[in-house]
Amino acid sequence: MLLGTLAMVVAVLICAPAAWADVLSPENAAPPADQIDNLYWITLAIAAVIFVGVEGLLIWSLVKYRFRRGAPEPAQIRGNAPLELGWTVGAALILVVLTVVTFVYLGDIKNPPASGPGGLQAAGGVEFASIGQPEPPAGAPLEIGVNGQQYLWRYDYPNFGDQRVFSYYEMVVPVDTTVTLDITSQDVNHSWWIPELGGKADAIPGHTNQTWFKIPEEGVYEGACAELCGENHADMRARVRAVSVADYEAWVEGQAAAITESQEQLAIARREREQAAAE
Amino acid sequence: MATQEHAIRPGLATMPRPEVVVRGSDERPRGWLSWLSTTDHKRIGIMYLFATFIFFLLGGVEALLMRLQLAQAGNTLIDGQTYNGLVSMHGTTMIFLFIVPVLAGFGNYLVPLMVGARDMAFPRLNALSFWLLLFGGIAFYVSLFFEPPSAGWTSYAPLSDDAYLPDGGIDAWIFLIHLTGLSSIIGAFNFVATIQNMRAKGMGWGRMPIFVWSILIYSYLLILALPAIAAAVTMLLTDRHFGTAFFQTTGGGDPLLWQHLFWFFGHPEVYIMILPAFGMISEILPVFARKPIFGYQALVAAIAAIAFLGMLVWAHHMFTTPTATVVLVFFMISSFAIAVPTGIKIFNWIATLWRGSILFKTPLYFAAGFIGLFLIGGISGVILAIFPVDWQMQDSYFVVAHIHYVLFGGSVFGIFAGLYYWFPKMSGRMLSEGLGKVSFWTMFVGFNLTFLVQHSLGMSGMPRRVYDYPDNVGWEGLNLASTIGSFLLGIGVLITIVNVIISIKAGRRAGNDPWKGNTLEWFVSSPPPENNFDVVPRVRSLEPMKDIRREVQRGTGDPAGTVAQPVA
Repeated sequence: MLLGTLAMVVAVLICAPAAWADVLSPENAAPPADQIDNLYWITLAIAAVIFVGVEGLLIWSLVKYRFRRGAPEPAQIRGNAPLELGWTVGAALILVVLTVVTFVYLGDIKNPPASGPGGLQAAGGVEFASIGQPEPPAGAPLEIGVNGQQYLWRYDYPNFGDQRVFSYYEMVVPVDTTVTLDITSQDVNHSWWIPELGGKADAIPGHTNQTWFKIPEEGVYEGACAELCGENHADMRARVRAVSVADYEAWVEGQAAAITESQEQLAIARREREQAAAE
Repeated sequence: MATQEHAIRPGLATMPRPEVVVRGSDERPRGWLSWLSTTDHKRIGIMYLFATFIFFLLGGVEALLMRLQLAQAGNTLIDGQTYNGLVSMHGTTMIFLFIVPVLAGFGNYLVPLMVGARDMAFPRLNALSFWLLLFGGIAFYVSLFFEPPSAGWTSYAPLSDDAYLPDGGIDAWIFLIHLTGLSSIIGAFNFVATIQNMRAKGMGWGRMPIFVWSILIYSYLLILALPAIAAAVTMLLTDRHFGTAFFQTTGGGDPLLWQHLFWFFGHPEVYIMILPAFGMISEILPVFARKPIFGYQALVAAIAAIAFLGMLVWAHHMFTTPTATVVLVFFMISSFAIAVPTGIKIFNWIATLWRGSILFKTPLYFAAGFIGLFLIGGISGVILAIFPVDWQMQDSYFVVAHIHYVLFGGSVFGIFAGLYYWFPKMSGRMLSEGLGKVSFWTMFVGFNLTFLVQHSLGMSGMPRRVYDYPDNVGWEGLNLASTIGSFLLGIGVLITIVNVIISIKAGRRAGNDPWKGNTLEWFVSSPPPENNFDVVPRVRSLEPMKDIRREVQRGTGDPAGTVAQPVA
């Protein structure tokens, strides 16, 4: 039965190549997800050494010192202070190393860089209250407001002229551009998560959370709400589509026009309703 | 009137075994009414174990239903609302109705026996603890008949406010938290009073069994942590029904307050669930390795250090909330710090096995499995403590895997080790070794198949608490593997239950001390008489039973006379 199970697992794994591709580490396609991935790999390497060492010691002790006839009497040892002190200090040192490594990577993960030369220039939007994410050194980032609501994400882009620009579910951004997100919620807690682009940022009513990403190449990145938010939590998915700067500008213009038009349609529809009611 | 008998069973001529049989001659009360009215810590302990294992099975069925739903993408077996109900029932059941109280059950049964007391300090309060727990569980489970809670075992506000979940499920959950919380606090004071005041002559702090230490520290943690959750759920109750707005932004409240209050309780709760299992392992390993525990003082100090640090790490559950970086750094480092005493424990356990003469009985299998699996949970815990990495892992299946390695691979394997180890004492019968080992291997393979792959799913982007997932991202294979593993795990648990049912009537008779134990519970008959000890032995070391065996072996006269000095 044991062998059968193992064979089944192996078969299942082989049939799932997409899962195989990144089976041991978080997704990554763009900063800061790539830096998180690097930090993770260092941690995993240290963890793997500890894992193999300790499990090896455990199994070796179990096998070597199993009860056998004629085996030596069990050693009546009650402790060994230098040894115990040794592994206490050893464990502490490993954690100091982990702390230092985390600080080395923290800046690149936390702080958004400047937009690249191929990115949207002189972008900019509404200033939001900051909880400590510094501005990139040069070139204003593209700021997008993210609003979680049962069971949709709404994105607010910088205005196009006087027209507010927003979209739902799919966020469209230009490549090579630092995009900073100001994330909040209007009902219950949600959590913004596009695994290939970076970590989570909880959307909590009354608070603004921040994160960022900078996508090098055009593409579509899928994600999901990561905080239980109700009946359709699993259906609250999100998508980020990265396009060229020219395409982005065209999309903004088109979206602004579409929004203007639909608002005008609202006025027309209202007048028609009122006329119909008056007749 | 109690009588005292002593007999040395002939057995192996070279190794006389002490059989100091001490039992009351009074007829024991029988029938179900005697269970309702009992204040005997052993019967209360057994009721705890029985009731909590029923809840364990219910929680297990809920878990299997969830795994069935997730076996393939686009499955329509269970809808979103029902799934959220299962998530909430499963988590709440396993934590509040199984792991915490089953440990109280073991503590109830064993602490008075281990410290040489005739009962708990407050036997009636002890009974009250049990009945509060049982009725807390019943009050919670009747919500199945109207609308079960569906905001997870964490019941985060604002989702748990009446604006979003007006049905009574959350109220049933609040009721459960209050009743089981009261049960635990009363029980905790009872343990503290018993352990601090009722130890046998000669049992100083340095000769107290590590399991008793772990129950003492577990009790202090309960006393410190439970008031926070009691306050939080009371605030939630008034938010829901009496117009306050502690957790609602519209009234000037803050949803983050809930998370702080909840996790101020919730993280110590994790240690409440693991420390007594540490204690059990520390009792079991030396007995089967035929060696003293390695580094007794370090192990006890490590339990205390883990408990203290465990109060200082709660916000590592909140790394993705809008919180200043300096706060995240503090909670990362405090969480790292816990790895040090945890590492000490693991090394000390392995050192206990090292150069031993290890008897491979079922309790040892589960205890060794505990160390191996808990290590994985500990390592993934350190990875999660690195807050930038946690931004990827938080609320994903990686966290689901982590918590199950700690609470199933850790606590539950520890509880099963304890069950196989102490069942002979409780019932007077041995559990079948064959079934026990089959159960262990089935559980071990099933457990790893279920949860090891979930690390990978989480890192591929699968959030926790979802009833469905896309079919084009390559998650179906691992999810199917996980579902198959979960049923294997369930079969493994069932084998142990069958083992218990068979052995309770037909098991081999255990005698007083089947394992050659170290602690005083092995001094009395199996099952022990109602008053535990007619004569309480004087404790002269950490392993009083070892002393007693040695004296019996050496002496030719009256074993009770050589070892036991009347204290009353």
